[in-house]
Amino acid sequence: MTIQSLDPRVTRAAIPQENETEMAPIPPLDQLESYEVFHLETRGDHPVHVGSLHAPNPEIALLWAKEQYGRRSRTVSIWVVRTEDISVISVEDADIFATTPEKDYREAKGYRVGGKITAYKRQNTTEP
Amino acid sequence: MYGNLSVIDAQPLDPNQVDDPELLAEFEARIARGEKIEPHDWMPREYRRQLIRMIEQHAHSEIIGALPEGTWITRAPGFRRKMALIAKVQDEIGHGQLLYSAAETLGKSREDMIADLISGKSKYSNVFNYPAETWADTAVIAWLIDAGAIINQVANSKGSYGPYCRALERICQEESFHLKYGYDNVVTLATGTPKQREMVQEALNRWWKPIMHFHGPPDTVSVHTEKLTRWKVKMASNDEMRQEFLNAYVPKIWDLGLTVPDPNLRKNPETGVWEFSDPDWAEFKRVINGDGPCNRERLAVRRMAEEQGRWVREALRKPDMKYVTPLS
Ligand SMILES: [Fe+2]
Ligand SMILES: [Fe+2]
Repeated sequence: MTIQSLDPRVTRAAIPQENETEMAPIPPLDQLESYEVFHLETRGDHPVHVGSLHAPNPEIALLWAKEQYGRRSRTVSIWVVRTEDISVISVEDADIFATTPEKDYREAKGYRVGGKITAYKRQNTTEP
Repeated sequence: MYGNLSVIDAQPLDPNQVDDPELLAEFEARIARGEKIEPHDWMPREYRRQLIRMIEQHAHSEIIGALPEGTWITRAPGFRRKMALIAKVQDEIGHGQLLYSAAETLGKSREDMIADLISGKSKYSNVFNYPAETWADTAVIAWLIDAGAIINQVANSKGSYGPYCRALERICQEESFHLKYGYDNVVTLATGTPKQREMVQEALNRWWKPIMHFHGPPDTVSVHTEKLTRWKVKMASNDEMRQEFLNAYVPKIWDLGLTVPDPNLRKNPETGVWEFSDPDWAEFKRVINGDGPCNRERLAVRRMAEEQGRWVREALRKPDMKYVTPLS
């Protein structure tokens, strides 16, 4: 007995009702390698990381990225890169950024001269 | 698409292993502050386990859910509807892809997830074990099943796990097209000829029970712990989601002059709570455990695709390939 379906294509496939055999185990990397996808929506912007996919090589990764991340709304370009090739700062090292917000000598906001000028002017104004 | 998965529990953890209390406190404080958890952060084993189970089953629901609708692509009435249905089905498969990637970041390979789907170890949403008998069924599915899924997915997109939330945000944008497309099809039938009205009413009658099952058993019997709520894994209770669904969609169904096959369905004017007959939770249990009208067919078709596509992937594989989990 094969599966009788409302979908004629399934019926035609003649799949046995009871499949006694277990499916052969799926080998490692059957789903191929991981790629990260970057999407450029507007000319002039930075590409933005939008997700990942699995592909056998960069050419097919681009093809699948176009289907998955560029099939609606606006796309100017897509980048893909093997996940393997991306280096990331580990979470254990995240504290190297802890003091960054304190470095106001690197920021415009670290330089306020208005007070000095006002004080200077007040000092040097000759009273009549 | 998604739903009613909270009833299937993952394997219990070894109770002898406990999480580091200091790390656990830090983790919980981060969630309490409204921050997201990212793949390389420390997380309790139970959090990881529950998320893998949940996201994986959500992914399976997307690709199995594409089967009853995909059946109708070749028979969709008219060119525009055929294009729209192809687009919707492609979106659902795309949702599966996004979700498998999110689950992978937690450490389970996609190969293992697919193997567990086919062996029956891992479940998918119960509604897809029912057939789409006519074109009107696809209209009801796209409108009301997707509507139920949106309620679930919007709630979950505010959860704590970054990759899952990001996937859901994109999924929800696409779901809004599915919902509008489904509503358009239902309205076309409901405002059409007597035969078309009859078709859509019959489809609604067939799908009402699975729709009531969609968000899972009532809170009184559904087991989900306070911990999963605190960790922002479980974002809304089954009953809350079902009430939200009834409140938003029953008036729209009635507005079209269609009826719901439950004489007891009504909104209690005093409490504002929707009341309804027992939606046959025994049937729900039976179907989820494998004895529904299409369980066997769904898995057999999935397995056939897996086996018949294997030589292609084999040919594409290169010996120097290395498995790396997706970044985020
Ligand atoms: Fe979906
Ligand atoms: Fe959908």
